[in-house]
Amino acid sequence: MERVLMKGNEAFGEGAVRAGCRHFFGYPITPQSELPHYLARRLPEVGGLYLQAESEVAAINMVYGAAAAGARVMTSSSSPGISLMQEGISYIACAELPCVVVNIMRGGPGLGNIAPSQADYFQAVKGGGHGDYRLPVLAPASIQEIIDLIVLAFDLADKYRNPVMVVGDGILGQMMEPVELGPAPEVTPPPKPWATTGTLGRKSRNVVNSLYIEPEELEKVNLRLQAKYKQVEQEEKRWEEYRADDAQVIIVAFGMVARIAKAVVDSMRMAGIPVGLIRPVTLYPFPDKPLAASASGAAKAFLVVEMNAGQMLEDVKLAVCGRKPVHFYGRTGGMVTSVAEVEGKVRDIWEGLK
Amino acid sequence: MAVSTKRTQGLADKHFHYCPGCTHGIIHRLVAEAIEELGVLEKTVGVCPVGCAVFAYDYFNCDMIEAAHGRAPAVATGVKRVLPESVVFTYQGDGDLAAIGTAETVHAAARGERITTIFVNNAVYGMTGGQMAPTTLLGQKTTTTPFGRQSSVAGYPLKVSEMVATIDGAAYVTRVAVNSPKNILRAKKAILKAFNVQLKGLGFSLVEVLSTCPTNWGLSPPEALRWVKEKMIPVYPLGDFKVPEDEV
Amino acid sequence: MPQVFFENERCKGCELCVTVCPKKIIALSAGEINSFGFHPAVLTDGTKCTGCGFCFLVCPDLAVTVVREEGGNGESTDEGE
Repeated sequence: MERVLMKGNEAFGEGAVRAGCRHFFGYPITPQSELPHYLARRLPEVGGLYLQAESEVAAINMVYGAAAAGARVMTSSSSPGISLMQEGISYIACAELPCVVVNIMRGGPGLGNIAPSQADYFQAVKGGGHGDYRLPVLAPASIQEIIDLIVLAFDLADKYRNPVMVVGDGILGQMMEPVELGPAPEVTPPPKPWATTGTLGRKSRNVVNSLYIEPEELEKVNLRLQAKYKQVEQEEKRWEEYRADDAQVIIVAFGMVARIAKAVVDSMRMAGIPVGLIRPVTLYPFPDKPLAASASGAAKAFLVVEMNAGQMLEDVKLAVCGRKPVHFYGRTGGMVTSVAEVEGKVRDIWEGLK
Repeated sequence: MAVSTKRTQGLADKHFHYCPGCTHGIIHRLVAEAIEELGVLEKTVGVCPVGCAVFAYDYFNCDMIEAAHGRAPAVATGVKRVLPESVVFTYQGDGDLAAIGTAETVHAAARGERITTIFVNNAVYGMTGGQMAPTTLLGQKTTTTPFGRQSSVAGYPLKVSEMVATIDGAAYVTRVAVNSPKNILRAKKAILKAFNVQLKGLGFSLVEVLSTCPTNWGLSPPEALRWVKEKMIPVYPLGDFKVPEDEV
Repeated sequence: MPQVFFENERCKGCELCVTVCPKKIIALSAGEINSFGFHPAVLTDGTKCTGCGFCFLVCPDLAVTVVREEGGNGESTDEGE
């Protein structure tokens, strides 16, 4: 199988091409710029289109139009740019159009900085824009997983007619790893009879809309959306467990922080402390089942590690539901959690359990 | 043999929600007739705005998309880039196009997007209750300029056609009015031409249509037609601001 | 002779057709009220109609249909300014 060395941001682009995405609209922002650079070269090779918009606001609305026209379409940005896209994402969610949005998160709030961060967790999983809507959110932790999850993201977007967000941080975007591309996946997007492609060959006209002026109507739309999200919650939770079966301390971390946590698990096991990792791959729907099972099983304490001030922490607490203590360790502002820091925190928790 | 004026197939059989005498209805008809006469109704995708024409997706008898406020040209760009053979138009008011959506309009023009923009300028925000628009005339009273628009506070009316005409990617930019039968016929010709510019792939086309808002102007519909002639046209002169080198 | 039909239920009584009619033969019905509460437009003297179609052109609500003989000039007395 072909092994190539790839940068994370480029892998997002190549993954999209393999998923059959032929349209990308975006606006430059660090630290995700290699993604549009890659697609600006790559998409024309496969008959696709890269278009640089005048703003993130325009980019997400170009995505809205392209998705309405039936295309597999993607945009990418980083935190402040994703904030600008929230209006559009809310419209796309209500109009039930499929698309993929990549957020290579950077330090915030405000202009913040361009260093790695996970501080957009709330924005990604709790809504971000206005109204009651949800996005499936995927969090790859390696370059290989980027390639795989981007394909899944497009499939989920089409399956649920919903925007899907894929989040990484600046480390994931910037680092290089070998990946196995393998044969391109079979891409068969479902038919899109709802797309606004012109009425030719159709008896009735299609309207893509998110305006429902009658409250009775809008509530029906919301109930339909909620039923869809319920199905997403039932069918799409994904996670990875690492040495978690007999672990008495469970670290919960996503994305690059989970890679750091894995090193901590190994070093702590060497030191005789039974530590394991549960890594949410889907941040929404949140994989609460393995956490609830651990909380009722061998786990005596949980440690949530994030590059933010404690956002996923809330979802972990909801899953553990008071059955075991949930600790937190986080760095903010673009500071990256170190193995030694997390080891120290694990040792403290372990001492407290004795 | 008797001939009759026909109701265009380009419009769905629905009653407009517009106020009595509002000339949105005339402009809807002209756009719909143009699309029908060019034989492109089945491959047309329209993008409607936020504003009084927000329900235009109920009226145009083709595939339609409702855009966020000001974003219609970006949405239209997405459609047209995916479906280059389609005919794509936006229908936008002065708040949508000339305030919140100025960037999207200017850059769609700059990219030479093969779309047609129908820009309805009635110098006021209609739907939200008669507030000042970017195109409100100096001295014009609105609910947010109760003593008349003063340049020292609220600046000057934005002349969109003049501005867009300076952009290389804009192929056809013209300003018309629908305040008289003669001007309505001219507006129809302009709209036909704008769609033809798109069909020929010449670039971005924009037709600014001076329209009325009797309700928020505080005038009767006939008075509103006169107001267009006496007050608006002197500030917003009619005519072509840019025509394709290869005349359509 | 040209004929003009007004679809009463579409008419909002805005009087734009009344304003542009070169023969001044359109008025709002004094007695009739449609289901939206508007006095719809009516012809006061159909014999003077030239079939110019101005009323059709200016009607914002597609309430007017004009029928005239093919080849009939449909001329108006002004240019509809």
